[in-house]
Amino acid sequence: MTGGVRTLAVALVVAGLLLPVAAFAQTGEEYLYPLVDLPPAQPMNVIAEDQPNDSGEQINLSWTLSIDDPRRGRGRGNVVAYHILRKPAEVEGAEFVLIDQVSAGMGWYSDPNCEPDTAYTYRIGASNGTSIHYSDPTESVVSASHFFHSQRWNALIGVLLISGLLVYFIYSARKGKELFIRRIAGLDAVEEALGRATEMGKPILYVSGLSSMADVATIASVNILGQVARKAAIYEIRLIVPCYDPIVMAVEREVVKEAYLDVGRPDAYNSNDIFFVTQSQFAYAAAVNGIMLRERPATNFYMGMFFAESLILAETGASTGAIQIAGTDAVVQIPFFITACDYCIMGEELYAASAYMSREPLLLGGLKGQDWAKFIIGALILIGVVTSFFTTWFAELFTVG
Amino acid sequence: MELATDIWVWVAAILTLFVYSFLIKDNPLYKFAEHAMGGLGVGYWTAVLFYNVIIPDFWEPLTIAIRKLSMTPQNFDAFMAREGFSQMPQIMQDFSPGVSILLLLLPAIIGLLLFTRYIPKIAWISRFSLAFYLGAASGIAIPNTFQTRILEQLRGTIVQDAPDGSVVPLFSFDAWRDFFAAPGIETFFDAISGPLLILGVVCTLSYFFFSKEHKGILGGMARIGIWFLMIGFGASFGYTVMGRVSLLIGRVQFLLTDWLGVAG
Repeated sequence: MTGGVRTLAVALVVAGLLLPVAAFAQTGEEYLYPLVDLPPAQPMNVIAEDQPNDSGEQINLSWTLSIDDPRRGRGRGNVVAYHILRKPAEVEGAEFVLIDQVSAGMGWYSDPNCEPDTAYTYRIGASNGTSIHYSDPTESVVSASHFFHSQRWNALIGVLLISGLLVYFIYSARKGKELFIRRIAGLDAVEEALGRATEMGKPILYVSGLSSMADVATIASVNILGQVARKAAIYEIRLIVPCYDPIVMAVEREVVKEAYLDVGRPDAYNSNDIFFVTQSQFAYAAAVNGIMLRERPATNFYMGMFFAESLILAETGASTGAIQIAGTDAVVQIPFFITACDYCIMGEELYAASAYMSREPLLLGGLKGQDWAKFIIGALILIGVVTSFFTTWFAELFTVG
Repeated sequence: MELATDIWVWVAAILTLFVYSFLIKDNPLYKFAEHAMGGLGVGYWTAVLFYNVIIPDFWEPLTIAIRKLSMTPQNFDAFMAREGFSQMPQIMQDFSPGVSILLLLLPAIIGLLLFTRYIPKIAWISRFSLAFYLGAASGIAIPNTFQTRILEQLRGTIVQDAPDGSVVPLFSFDAWRDFFAAPGIETFFDAISGPLLILGVVCTLSYFFFSKEHKGILGGMARIGIWFLMIGFGASFGYTVMGRVSLLIGRVQFLLTDWLGVAG
């Protein structure tokens, strides 16, 4: 081979080797891509962590995006999705199974379908739609179930504190300590309203709202009903209680029956006057309206949780000329009761009502405990406002996890 | 004008007019609508609760759990396929068939005990159901109420979350600085809203303090508190009345367009 031919051959070989390299070479900020669709680079640093403070059903995954993810703005940019694969770590012969996939650009995933207290290991695959490049398996991680939510200690302390206050004041009241309660105008009117019903010889209508026994307002309403029933039994007034919820009806029958027994008038108790109407909101309102118009009660009580039917009931009651006393903690409905009723017991006053009316040590002690809790809350707000000028640390103590 | 030809539109329109006849006075037409509504309400909810609660949450899981215990795996699979159950009920995914049966029967028995009220001699047994229900309901309600109605409100009266994710005091000197730098309605309300909220919460809270007579400082605070309450109620009243008017408009539109076909 002559020197010229050898030189030409060497030049061709060198050019053949250099051309692909040149194809990948960076030109300024850009890359040149090969025509062949190679699998994207795998995601890196895949970490699996147990979700804290849950019931053991979730593991959280995070990873560094593949170098070929379009979001990174480098590499081939051909990642279209990440495949999440999982296998139980302690099952012999178990294989990785695809459980979900997320789109390119996502560097995290929460697996919500774990068995509690089971160890899992994960792999994440970067996919370009035709081929996938998987990461190494993660360390195994246990989806632990937690008995106590470590970020809710503040609620625990608060509930214990208030419970302690309640127990202390109930204990004090039982020992005979005199507990003062200020006058509540709406509740003073109850006696007057019952007196009017007695004079007129007409019944009392008691509506305990449209909620279940799980509602604090309903529980308060049932307590007030007990007191109203005692007085109704003494004055021999008919008490009509149309109920929205069957469980509430059962409880109210018990409460009214007990009240009649307490005052020595079990014969006057009529269970048929405490009856279930319907659980359809406006059908209930229509039925109660009908009762108001036909029975013409002298006094209407609306105590408990109310919704859009509040004004319908109160307006009809007002048109019949009855004395109306309403009490609710439904902030949106209070204005309607203020407008259409003679007396309105607002929010917290509803909870205080049964203690106020009965003067029972147990209830009075509870009310005192609540008052002190309110005082502490007010003080905490003021302390929090002052400290917030310097640090938000104090306010963060009340963050609920 | 194009009258509706759908019978149910006529039924709805006539019942609507029956209910509105109450505005004149109580009458047999209103009574009919009232009783129909009450009866249909009970019937509807009975059916809804039966098919949405008793069947899927009690009867089906119980049937499947009993079959699982009593059948061979092959027969059980055939049963599941025949009855169209594509997956195990949630309770059986979490517990064994035996435990599932127990967990299903226990609340059912507690519920059935309520019916002992109809037998006077053993009516007292129903109190166990009520006691269980009240205890469970209170246990669930108290921590949740404490978190949402006390802790979160308490925090929200001291600090607020800024759009950038940081936590800033509700009473912000920066807002006042902005107001003095550029006095205006917007900067004024930005500056005043935090202190106003704090004052409103503390004074309203003092109104609901029952252990002392509302005299002196407490009386003054309570008076301010009741003003805050009334302003809030007034705003709420106006807002809700607007909502109710829109409901009336909706009903009148139904009568005019869907029924009579004179508008729309």
